[in-house]
Amino acid sequence: MGTSGKGLAMGQYIVSRLLGLVFVLFVVSVVAFLLMHAVPGGPFAPDERGRMPEATRMAQMEKYGLDQPLHIQYVKYMWNALQLDFGVPFQSPTETVTSLIARAWPVTLKIGIPTIILSYTLGTILGVVAAMRQNSWVDYVVSFMATLGLVVPNFVVALWLILFFSVYLGWLEPGGWGKPQHYIMPIVAYSLTPMALVARYTRSAILEVLRSDHVRTARAKGLAEKKVMLWHVGRNAMIPFVTILLPEIPNILTGSIFIEAAFRIPGLGRFFVTSTQTRDYPMILALVLLIAVLWGVTYIITDILYTILDPRIRLGGRSNS
Amino acid sequence: MAITTTSSLPNAEARLGVQEPRSAMHYALRRFRRQRLAMVGLVIVTFLLILGFGAPLLAPTDYREASLMDANRFPGGEFPLGTDTIGHDFLTRVMFGIRTSLMVGFAAVAVACLVGIPLGMAAGLRGGWTDFAVMRIIEIMTAFPGLLFAIFLVTVIGSGIGNIIFVIGVTSWLTLARLMRAQLLTLREQDYVSAARSMGATDLNIAVRHLLPNAVAPVIVAITLAIPTAIFAEAGLSYLGIGINEPTPSLGKMVSDSAPYIRIYWHLGLFPTLAIALIMLGFSFVGDGLRDALDPRQN
Repeated sequence: MGTSGKGLAMGQYIVSRLLGLVFVLFVVSVVAFLLMHAVPGGPFAPDERGRMPEATRMAQMEKYGLDQPLHIQYVKYMWNALQLDFGVPFQSPTETVTSLIARAWPVTLKIGIPTIILSYTLGTILGVVAAMRQNSWVDYVVSFMATLGLVVPNFVVALWLILFFSVYLGWLEPGGWGKPQHYIMPIVAYSLTPMALVARYTRSAILEVLRSDHVRTARAKGLAEKKVMLWHVGRNAMIPFVTILLPEIPNILTGSIFIEAAFRIPGLGRFFVTSTQTRDYPMILALVLLIAVLWGVTYIITDILYTILDPRIRLGGRSNS
Repeated sequence: MAITTTSSLPNAEARLGVQEPRSAMHYALRRFRRQRLAMVGLVIVTFLLILGFGAPLLAPTDYREASLMDANRFPGGEFPLGTDTIGHDFLTRVMFGIRTSLMVGFAAVAVACLVGIPLGMAAGLRGGWTDFAVMRIIEIMTAFPGLLFAIFLVTVIGSGIGNIIFVIGVTSWLTLARLMRAQLLTLREQDYVSAARSMGATDLNIAVRHLLPNAVAPVIVAITLAIPTAIFAEAGLSYLGIGINEPTPSLGKMVSDSAPYIRIYWHLGLFPTLAIALIMLGFSFVGDGLRDALDPRQN
């Protein structure tokens, strides 16, 4: 089990996981495509008002290739998608899906990235403090906040923030986008749930490691307390952190429909709703693929980090020690 | 997941512990009662059940009754929670909103059980191709973002209370199926099952007599915890305007309807959100309490 052998195994593992991801993407895109078209009607279906003349409708259908058989539409779309061309969104025909996403996603990221940083640092600190002072009042306060954060929906929290800071205190505008002050409440409301998750898992992970044999051994052999905490406890406490919390990141990066609705933020989130409602096929497929890619990649990174952090776990379940 | 792989020892001890059939239920009840949060949860849930399902009898007015003369009243006096913009008594609306939430929560979880438990049982008991097929369906559905799928389904079949129940049900059976299967897979390898088999028990007999009764506890916990999730889904979909619509009162819809008036008529936003939070907290406390009480590791 030389270092090169291990590196090779890791390389093979990554390649096989990436191939798995491609397969999942294929299945997800086919399912999404079939579901979309299984819906009766369509973006240019004659509605009850019947405004669109039949000839215009046919022309529109032809323009967007909707008159062709499904499998040809699918192959065409995917072929273009591989070149990052996701077509034209029906809800905004003057631009491309790519440019629409390029416009809306940065807005979502401006909320999402601070959310990740805030929730992860604060959550870790709270979790560590709670574990170090188990069963003290600090521990109870953290546990209670974690329960609230995990259980109360974020649009409810958003409304409470608006009621308190905008209506009662009058400090912040209740919603909107553009000024730096518009960032504050969405980030706080959005951070609460991941922060609660981080705090809860960090706490229980540290408590479990503190009681484990290898920490007792490290202490018994006279290792400095600081080294025990940093190396043995810290490293093992990272495992649930990686497996449970990393998968939350793609969620946060693609934005919360609720937070964006609550604070009227023009981000990616609202397109989830509008696209399905307007049968915007190209946009729906692009969003689904975007999410599937983000999730797939995160899961692969999670599993790799997992094997690095815990030497007992072997790649792909094989015992190649 | 990580925790179970790193410590297999407490599990082994636990398996020894559960094999006292007569006292297990008794101990579980005692453990449940000893948890303060779980008891608080039980009180909240009981209160909400009375408020919600008793709404037709207890509410001051009918939920459709509105008088424009009394629109936009603040809480107090004749209207304890005020009135909304078209003059509904808000206490009545919130009570019926709780009723809708509970109905959707219970019914959607029932749908999820009807789909998930048989599939999980089939996968766990029969193994082979059945297991492979069920697991692939679950994997694909996991890869598909749940909320997006729900929104999608709603636009396909339309909104309304029956459809919302169906949509939430068919998007939330995955956990139940996976849990049922995992339970059966571990139980199948237990010594007492081999013993029963060696004494000539049929597969059906083993499943009914030995596997299912032992798999029940974690499934009950999962079902209890699925209720607040389903209620959250309904509130969320209604909040986005694609869930339950007028005249049926829905807490989520009431929250989003309050947005334009929130600066002045704060009560329109505060009371429905408090109701949602209370429902979620109550059911989660009870679910967590049940899990701790039924978890054999607590012995």
